[in-house]
This record gives sequence, C-alpha cells and structure tokens, in this order.
Amino acid sequence: MMEKIWLVIQREYMTRVRKKSFVVMTLLGPLLFVAMWAVPIWLAEKGPETKKVEVVDYSGLFSDAFESNSEVEFHYVDESLEDAKEYLESGIYDGLLLIPNVDLKEKTNLVYFSEANPGMAIKSEIRKVIAEKIQEEKLKAAGLSKEWLNTIKPEVGIRTVNINENGDEAESHAEVASVIGYLAAFLIYFFIFLYGTQVMRGVIEEKSNRIVEVIISSVRPFQLMVGKIVGVASVVLTQFIIWVGLSLVLSLVIGAITGVYLSPSPAAPMDPQMEAMAAEGLPKITAALASMDFVTIGVSFVFYFLGGYLMYAALFAAVGATVDQDGDYQQFMIPLSMPLLFAIISLAVILQDPHGNFAFWMSMFPFTSPVIMMMRVPFGVPLWQLLLSMTFLAAGFTFTTWLAARIYRIGILMNGAKVNYRVLWKWVRMRY
Amino acid sequence: MINQIEIEQVNKRFADHQALTDLSLTVPKGSIFGLLGPNGAGKSTLIRIINQIIFADSGTIRFNQQELQPDHIRRIGYLPEERGLYKKMKVGEQLLYLARLKGLSKRDAIQKIRIWFDKFEIADWSNKKVEDLSKGMAQKVQFISTVMHEPEFLILDEPFSGFDPVNANLIRDEILALRDKGCTVMLSTHRMESVEELCDNIALINKSEKVLEGKKRDIKMDHKANKYQIVTDAMIDPAIIPFELINSHQEDYGHFNMTFQLAEGENSNDLLSAVFQQGHVVHFEELIPSMSEIFIQHVSKVEGPASSEIISS
Repeated sequence: MMEKIWLVIQREYMTRVRKKSFVVMTLLGPLLFVAMWAVPIWLAEKGPETKKVEVVDYSGLFSDAFESNSEVEFHYVDESLEDAKEYLESGIYDGLLLIPNVDLKEKTNLVYFSEANPGMAIKSEIRKVIAEKIQEEKLKAAGLSKEWLNTIKPEVGIRTVNINENGDEAESHAEVASVIGYLAAFLIYFFIFLYGTQVMRGVIEEKSNRIVEVIISSVRPFQLMVGKIVGVASVVLTQFIIWVGLSLVLSLVIGAITGVYLSPSPAAPMDPQMEAMAAEGLPKITAALASMDFVTIGVSFVFYFLGGYLMYAALFAAVGATVDQDGDYQQFMIPLSMPLLFAIISLAVILQDPHGNFAFWMSMFPFTSPVIMMMRVPFGVPLWQLLLSMTFLAAGFTFTTWLAARIYRIGILMNGAKVNYRVLWKWVRMRY
Repeated sequence: MINQIEIEQVNKRFADHQALTDLSLTVPKGSIFGLLGPNGAGKSTLIRIINQIIFADSGTIRFNQQELQPDHIRRIGYLPEERGLYKKMKVGEQLLYLARLKGLSKRDAIQKIRIWFDKFEIADWSNKKVEDLSKGMAQKVQFISTVMHEPEFLILDEPFSGFDPVNANLIRDEILALRDKGCTVMLSTHRMESVEELCDNIALINKSEKVLEGKKRDIKMDHKANKYQIVTDAMIDPAIIPFELINSHQEDYGHFNMTFQLAEGENSNDLLSAVFQQGHVVHFEELIPSMSEIFIQHVSKVEGPASSEIISS
C-alpha cells in the first residue's frame, strides 16, 4: 500500500521538478533575493557624485560655517550675484546658495539656485548649518555659551527587557522581531497559496484528462490524494532548500567580489569603511539578531509551514475534485482563501499587541495559526501556547484531510454534476 | 466450468438513486462476456464495484472462487469508458508508471512494455509526449496500459470508441487473441455488431436489475418467434398460402420476399411446400432475432426516461 503512495509521490515530484518553470523559479529566486539586498548596499557604498556649491554670503556670518564633505563641496565666492549666476550657468558649479543679510529676530530666508532640483541631503545640510549658526549667534547675543546649552539637553534611553518563565532576562528588539515575523508570515502565506493551487491544478488535470478512473482502479483515491499532496510538498522543500543554499553561496561570492557582506561574518576581513559602519549600526542589529531564539523560530517555521500547507492542500484537492472541465470553482476558492487573507490583513493589528487576546486566539485557530503564530514567535511565545497551537494545527489538518478525502473520492468520478454546498455535504456523508 | 467472477445479490444505492438491485451474474472463465444495458442501467456502477473503485452495500463478489480483495486488482485490467492519459508525460514513462501502480516490478514492466511496443511497432513513440500523439495513437497506448500486466480478467468499457475501423480491427483481434490465451473479457458496449461478433455470453441490465443472462446462442434461440422468411424468384399471390403473412415486398431484382408467422403446432415444412407449389423458392430461413432486437424488446417494455445516475458518466 505504501509502495503505491511512494510511486505517486515520485511521479508528482519528478514531473514538477523537471518543468522549466520550476528550474527558472528556483535559480532566479536567490538571484532576486540577493539583488534585493546587494543593490541598495552597493549603491550606498558607491555614493553619489560630489556636488559643487558656491556660496554668496551677504551677511558675512557664515564665512567658515560650511564644511565640505564627500557629497558637497562648498566654495565661498566674493562676487556679485550676477557673476555668481553666470558661473552656475557656465557649469562650474552645480548650485548657488544665496544668504541674505540676517536679522536674528526674523525668519531667515535663503535662496538656492540650481539647474536641477537639489537633493534632500543638500537641503537639510544647509538648513542644519544655518540654523546652528543662527542659534549660536542668538545665544551669544543673550550672553550664553553653546557648551552650557549642551549641558541642559535631557538624555532619555529605553531598553526593553523580556523576562521569561525561568527568570532569565533577554533584551527584546521589537523592530527586528517584527521584520522576522513579517517575513516568515508572508512566506508561509505565499507558499500555501502557490503550492495549494498546484495541488488543485493537479487534481483538475487528472479529472479533465479522464485518467483518474484508470489510476484509481490501481490506487485508492486517498492514496492518490495523499501522494499528490506529499509530492508537491517535497517540491516546495526542494525549492526552499535550494533557495537558502544558493542565496548563501551567492551572497558569499558577491561579498568576495565587491567586499560587501550581507551578513556579518567574523571570518571575513573588513575594510576600514565597513569597520566604521560596524562601529555604529551593526552591533545593535547583531545584538538583536543574537538575542533571537533562532532554534525556536526555525523549528516553528518548518512546522507551521508544513502544517499550514497540509491544512489547506487537502482542501484545495477537494475543490479541484469538484471542478468539471472549466467549471466554476471560485465559489469554493473564495471561502477557502478568506481565513488566510484575514490573517495577513490582521498582521498589523497583531504587531500592536503580539500577546493580546486577539493574537492568542488567532494563533490557536488552525486556519490562521500558521501565519499568525509565525508573526508572534519572534516576540517570544510561552511554550505551552506554542504546543497547544501546534496540537490544534495537527488535529486541524487531520480533520481537513479526512473531510477532503470524502469529497475527493466522489468528486473525481463525477462528470457533469452541478456542485454546490448541499451536494458537497451529500458526498461527505455518502457511503463508498 | 470454472467461473471467473460470481456476483450474488449485489445492491448499491446512492443518495437518492438505486443503482443495482439484487444483481447476480456469473462470468465463465475464458469467455467474452457482453454486459449490455441502456445508459444509466447500472453497468458502470457494477464495473466500478468489480474494480473496487466503489463498494457494494450488500451482496458478495467472488473472483476465482475467492471473495474479492485488494490484491485481485493486480489481476484485472480495466479500460474505463471515460479514459485518458497524462498529456505532458512521455509514453514510455507513463506506461511504466501505470504498470508499476498495478504492482509490476520495474524490470518486469519495462520488459512487458517492450513486447507491446514491438507488437504494435510503436517503439519510437516511447519518448513522445502523449499530447503529441493522434487520438488513435493515444488509444493504442491506452489499450497497452490496460493489458500489459497480463491480467486474467479484462474489463473493457466501450473499447472501440475513438478508433478508426483499421485500429478497431486491430484491437478486436487482440481481444480475441487474449481470450484464446485464457483471458476472460467483460465487454460493455452499445455497439451490437461487436456483441454479435465477439460475445460468448451476455447479460442485459435495465433499471438496476438484471433482465437476461446466458449464452448468446441460447438467448437467441429463446427469442425466436417462429417466423420464417421465404423468397421466390417471381411474384406470387400470398393470399392463397394458408399461413399468417406479416410482411411482403418485391426486391429490386424481381425476387419476392415474404415473412410468415407460424402458430403453435404449425410446421415450417408445410409452409415451404405450400409456397413452392406457387413458385420457385430461392431462399428459406427461420428468422433469428438480432441482439439489437432482443435489447430493444427488453428495454422498451417499460418505457421511461433513463434516470440520471449519480456516480455515472
């Protein structure tokens, strides 16, 4: 009996893995994934061209206030506005900043001339420098020093710490947790739909090809259905493993070539710039990543991924069995996709309060738990909740598989019958 | 005589429809058995029960004197009326898959597929996808998939549909060759000329119940109605023949054709001698009803629309 399921699994697996679309998707996936990370980093590394800005200062207050950096070079010109404008038009400079006489009691209005719109970076840099200088002048006028001002600036930091049942403290990092949660939840949602519909299309193909009666004279319908579901699941896992593997290899290769590393790797040498970056942003992210319980997240992901797929795949198979040639299966598809869609829409709400009542119940209900629980897990979920939710999910997919099998065995032999919910219920109850 | 299949008192009911009622049948080994009946009579349901695709509510089915069980599937070949193949799969791989589903080892399957490829001279199709085959070619592949595991019992539901006359003859010869090798064949068809030509035994099912069963020859004999046809080379006056005339007409080439109904106790020799005193007899025969006539006679007895059967195509 198992031998026959195994044969079905093999066929379902091989026919899909050998398809061109599978090969393309599997190879392009990691490329896209790596490109998504690498291109912005590469652009940031490369930096924009240096802009030359001439400054005409009527006020005489800012003679040394502007410091040139890699993005902007400031040049003070002692020319009339007309001459300065000519320089700009002749292309020597990219921009012209005109500082009028400044009255400390009034709002200061600057004029920036350029052929193209200046970038946000330049505008904010100019505004900052001018504002600081004016503030300094005002302080001076009031008889106060800049140093004194700095001493009265309040400093408040907040560190969020989770205390688990053992009394251990772990720093929580809501931002990193939500990114991981979102990523996992969307992946599960995406895979369930992508491969659930593949199961459905497989069933429709067998039914409309009329091969199904030939097959089920050798194999029980249940074996055929389970073989198909498991076969497609193996395809998903294959694709996923290749994606992860190729992404790692690709990011290492690209890293070796460009010196840009997607993940902090202690073995890899860092250039000075990277070190400078690491000095600021990286420790926080690394610390946040290090604080994540990746074992729990990883195990949960695999479980909810497979459990969620099994929960829905059998139902997709049943829907496929109701289809008659180009029949209307939307009537069953819409209610079937509602819970997952609802789960995805609720993610923002869950994020507000990942441990609230709503989040709790949504992560227990097996139709939504694969998506919702994966959003919650990075925030730390008590073990009993995780186990309870997994038990419900296992019970859930056992039930849907049983229910779907009862519809499937009748549906695949039905041709020309108009199927509605009443008919489905009749099939479920029908003796075999 | 040993029986291949013995069906006793089988009942099957779908939600709102009785598909089989106390049906009993016996299919003798090594014969071709015609399963006849109008659409919706219950033939497909019976065939599906024998193939263990669905199960009877009550009654017993014995295969080789053994109660029907899952491993009998290996010894049955089934060509459904609604049949097809995976369009995107190559012919060779497809046959291998179907053979292995029947329980053949990979080696046996490859060997047997090769024998059939040689027999039909289609070895070069092996790497073709089914969608690239013509309908007739695909039907040949389908037939091979039904018989390649050398079943001892073959169930063919409308096997000739989709075949051109040349290929239909090829398949007919294969069916006869399989029968001669000892295979039992159950043939379900509406093509009465195939029944006349091939079947040794028949059963007629109508409205979920068996109406007729037996050797084709015996059934025909039972249905003859004491009718005789006489042809003379010139027109005669039938009124002076002292038997009941049912029909008479002049043939194109001048012969005169008459059909008489003899009553109980009347002798066909008396009819013949009465006629040849009038003219020259060129043809004389007792009219044996065709299977088609017997079918129509039984099925149209109680007229009614064929109920649309659940689990039926």
